[in-house]
Amino acid sequence: MTRTLVVIGHGMVGHRLVDLLRDSAWRIVVFGEESRPAYDRVALSSYVDSWSSTGLELPALTGCELRLGEKVVSVDRERRVVVGASGVEVSYDALVLATGSVPFVPPVPGRDLPGCHVYRTIDDLDAIRATVEAASRPGRKSGMVLGGGLLGLEAANALRGMGVSPHVVELAPRLMPIQVDDGGASLLKRLVEKLDLTVHTGTSASSIERDGSRLIAKLASGLELDLDVVVFSAGIRPRTDLDLGLELGPRGGYLVDAACRTADPSVFAIGECAAVEGVTYGLVAPGYSMAEVVADQLSGGARTFPGADVSTKLKLLGVDVASFGDAHAATEGALEVVVNNAVAGTYSKLVVSDDARTLLGGVLVGDASSYLSLRPLVGKEVPAALLQPGGAVDVEMPADAQVCSCLAVTKQTITDAIVSGVACDVAELKACTKAGTGCGSCVPMLKKLLTECGVEQSKALCEHFTHSRAELFEIVRATRISTFSELVARHGTGRGCDICKPAVASILASLGNGHILGASQVSLQDTNDRFLANMQRNGTYSVVPRIPGGEITPEKLIVIGEVARDFGLYTKITGGQRIDLFGATVDQLPLIWRRLVDAGFESGHAYGKSLRTVKSCVGTTWCRYGVQDSVGLAIELELRYRGLRSPHKLKSAVSGCARECAEARSKDFGVIATENGWNLYVGGNGGFTPRHADLLVSDVDTASLIQIIDRFLMFYIRTADRLQRTSVWLEGLDGGLDHLREVVVDDKLGICAELEAAMASHVDDYADEWRGVLEDPEKLARFTSFVNAPGVPDPTISFRAERGQRVPVSLGIPEVVR
Amino acid sequence: MIVCGVEALRPEQGVAALLPDGSQVAVFLTADGSVHALDNIDPFSGAAVLSRGIVGDRGGEPVVVSPVYKQAFSLATGKCLDSPSVSVAVHGVRVRDGVVELT
Ligand SMILES: Cc1cc2nc3c(=O)[nH]c(=O)nc-3n(C[C@H](O)[C@H](O)[C@H](O)COP(=O)(O)OP(=O)(O)OC[C@H]3O[C@@H](n4cnc5c(N)ncnc54)[C@H](O)[C@@H]3O)c2cc1C
Ligand code: SF4
Repeated sequence: MTRTLVVIGHGMVGHRLVDLLRDSAWRIVVFGEESRPAYDRVALSSYVDSWSSTGLELPALTGCELRLGEKVVSVDRERRVVVGASGVEVSYDALVLATGSVPFVPPVPGRDLPGCHVYRTIDDLDAIRATVEAASRPGRKSGMVLGGGLLGLEAANALRGMGVSPHVVELAPRLMPIQVDDGGASLLKRLVEKLDLTVHTGTSASSIERDGSRLIAKLASGLELDLDVVVFSAGIRPRTDLDLGLELGPRGGYLVDAACRTADPSVFAIGECAAVEGVTYGLVAPGYSMAEVVADQLSGGARTFPGADVSTKLKLLGVDVASFGDAHAATEGALEVVVNNAVAGTYSKLVVSDDARTLLGGVLVGDASSYLSLRPLVGKEVPAALLQPGGAVDVEMPADAQVCSCLAVTKQTITDAIVSGVACDVAELKACTKAGTGCGSCVPMLKKLLTECGVEQSKALCEHFTHSRAELFEIVRATRISTFSELVARHGTGRGCDICKPAVASILASLGNGHILGASQVSLQDTNDRFLANMQRNGTYSVVPRIPGGEITPEKLIVIGEVARDFGLYTKITGGQRIDLFGATVDQLPLIWRRLVDAGFESGHAYGKSLRTVKSCVGTTWCRYGVQDSVGLAIELELRYRGLRSPHKLKSAVSGCARECAEARSKDFGVIATENGWNLYVGGNGGFTPRHADLLVSDVDTASLIQIIDRFLMFYIRTADRLQRTSVWLEGLDGGLDHLREVVVDDKLGICAELEAAMASHVDDYADEWRGVLEDPEKLARFTSFVNAPGVPDPTISFRAERGQRVPVSLGIPEVVR
Repeated sequence: MIVCGVEALRPEQGVAALLPDGSQVAVFLTADGSVHALDNIDPFSGAAVLSRGIVGDRGGEPVVVSPVYKQAFSLATGKCLDSPSVSVAVHGVRVRDGVVELT
């Protein structure tokens, strides 16, 4: 007979358990109090970047009965029955409690006032957002986060993203008291205070009161804070409100043995609600390991909980913080090796055994790049070099060291997968070992192991160059080589091909070098660039004049109509708010451009790997909801970046308010107006692999916005691969969005002045490419059908009528297998 | 048949010529100064566009790449390097007294 397993709680750990048991014989019934399927709570804070939960989804579960939005109200262990809030009763053979934690809210008077929140679920974040949006304070809002631990700082960062300047109030004398020591915490405080956070340590809130639309918090130190929103993040407590008459651990949590079983043999507890042999854990990795134990037990195994690593590495507000092992040197006789570099803004402390031979733990602030190699060494012999001042931390990891602590994957497992040829890149490693699929912080380590095992991802552009596009860009920039012939002669082999020629043409164009049809460049261009128009299936071209921001006068619209009529061009409105005219032959192109240029049009670069269009909504000028002039900004951006050659096409859009009618977040760079300025999103994409753009900066004024876009575009142009859109480039960028922000906002590499200068010279040198052909008889001469019969139309081209317009007659090609 | 003066050709580019029977030939000048001629019609798309492809080499063999679906054709043999069963016709061509002639 089929046995029934009931799981109470559908959070990360409960989800994991069901996933592990998906092929088992158990009938599984899951009760989840939240209304949505389990999601990635660890990444909860990223929800505020998009206000969409799609990025948080966990793999969908199959073959179980999910009762979402249904809280379990009681359990009758005698009858082995679970009762849901709707009154439904389900009998079980085995029961798993996976109810997680509840945020601890200290008993401050006023803690239940509207505007006071906790930070645990998507619904909590929606509620915080509603409070912030309803606040009437002009300009930046003001908030308080009670609790300066890991979660408190995360919550403070999320508030910043919502346009709130947060105060962080921590009872302990330092931030992150659990993970970090005094030295690290004082550096951390200095670094985060640069980011619009005010830190109050060694004090707490003694009361919160409402004053009109504001909240007034009184601190024990006597300070009064005038606030719009309050978030409690003062720790968590295992959630045991469901009383099963079972014993609890010394610090709460359902008490279980090493097999995660309670005193009742048919009842288990896993995740944050469990006290395994008395100990509770507030991290997801130990929870996952409990889920594995119970899945094994339920399948007849005898696995037990191996204990857990509670190391932490995170990037808080762009500041690296890591803590591992015995971070506080609590071991008898432990010694500390501290390097505190106030100038560089880095702090590191290693804790070693009394004989200085065994690594026990450590704290890193400001730069945690050595965390991944240090953490696995805990409990092992310390390489002597580490203890020297400025000692190299790039040490060899033992084979049994855990690389991915979320999913407990060892270095051995990973190198086996690489050496046996099962995995050749990060994606394949993730698929076959699961490493890197948790918090993702070990991905750089996976890349490193791939390289160490000799897997080299060839960066060679094509058979003619062993360099990547980014390397060629640097060569051309440094040597000022201005022709393909010289570049291939000095740095490549052969005569080039359809891959390297257009790539080099694009690099030359990004760095200036005149009209793209200049004598030494014309033979490098793809046919679209070579004829400054888009080739269509029958060998004719389509023509797109620039219509900046999608704004056009009736007079100009009439000109387009007349040109289309006179040349018999099929006419279609594009997705980028412009008009595409199809069916022009090579010799017609200059005649069409002449008419358009005379009427004040210029090339729209629809053919180029360059800026296409900056789409806009109507913004404040007409729209009742608009908060900024989106059309004005779109036109400014389009005129600034028109003609800029890049590794791939660039699309952009500007929306006049958060309603986002211009769909800016599907663009390479998209701008959304806020009450206080603009939010800039980068790396979005529509098309084949849609991606929502990530928030790079918020609430900036127009001048700063343009400065950051200048830097962003030039950084992308310098470093991306050939035909790599910004979305893929950003996904593959080491350090991701944070690194991008460090480079183009904080100028960590010190290259921003160069990037801006490069953009300034692009803006100065811009010239319309169509006009450039019309004014040069030499270039114009190439626009002929036949060298021996100029003006004679190509006999293969013919048209038929469809819905009142001319469309190509299909060329009756024999079907060829490609 | 005379196609054009040699000055009308540019290194590593093609031009199209119309034959009396209405068919078309693509004529190319490569970097080493030699001249090649292929049928102008790209067999994969049916469009008369090979003269507008990028000229270069694959493993040292001079090729033109169709601008439509990007297959490479050998300038010497007309063979498609991406799909060996497909090829385009090769035409005899030479330069005499500064004039390009199809033979
Ligand atoms: C903002 C934030 C950041 C975090 N960052 C990290 C991090 O970087 N690294 C890390 O390791 N961990 C992190 N954590 C902690 C991590 O999210 C938790 O350890 C993990 O989610 C625990 O999983 P769980 O399944 O035990 O509990 P939960 O995910 O909380 O799931 C429990 C679920 O049970 C439901 N439930 C409770 N009672 C009932 C009932 N009676 N009936 C029905 N359903 C019920 C709850 O509604 C909830 O959905 C973070 C947490 C937060 C909030
Ligand atoms: S995005 Fe806002 S301003 Fe623009 S049209 Fe939509 S509602 Fe109006």
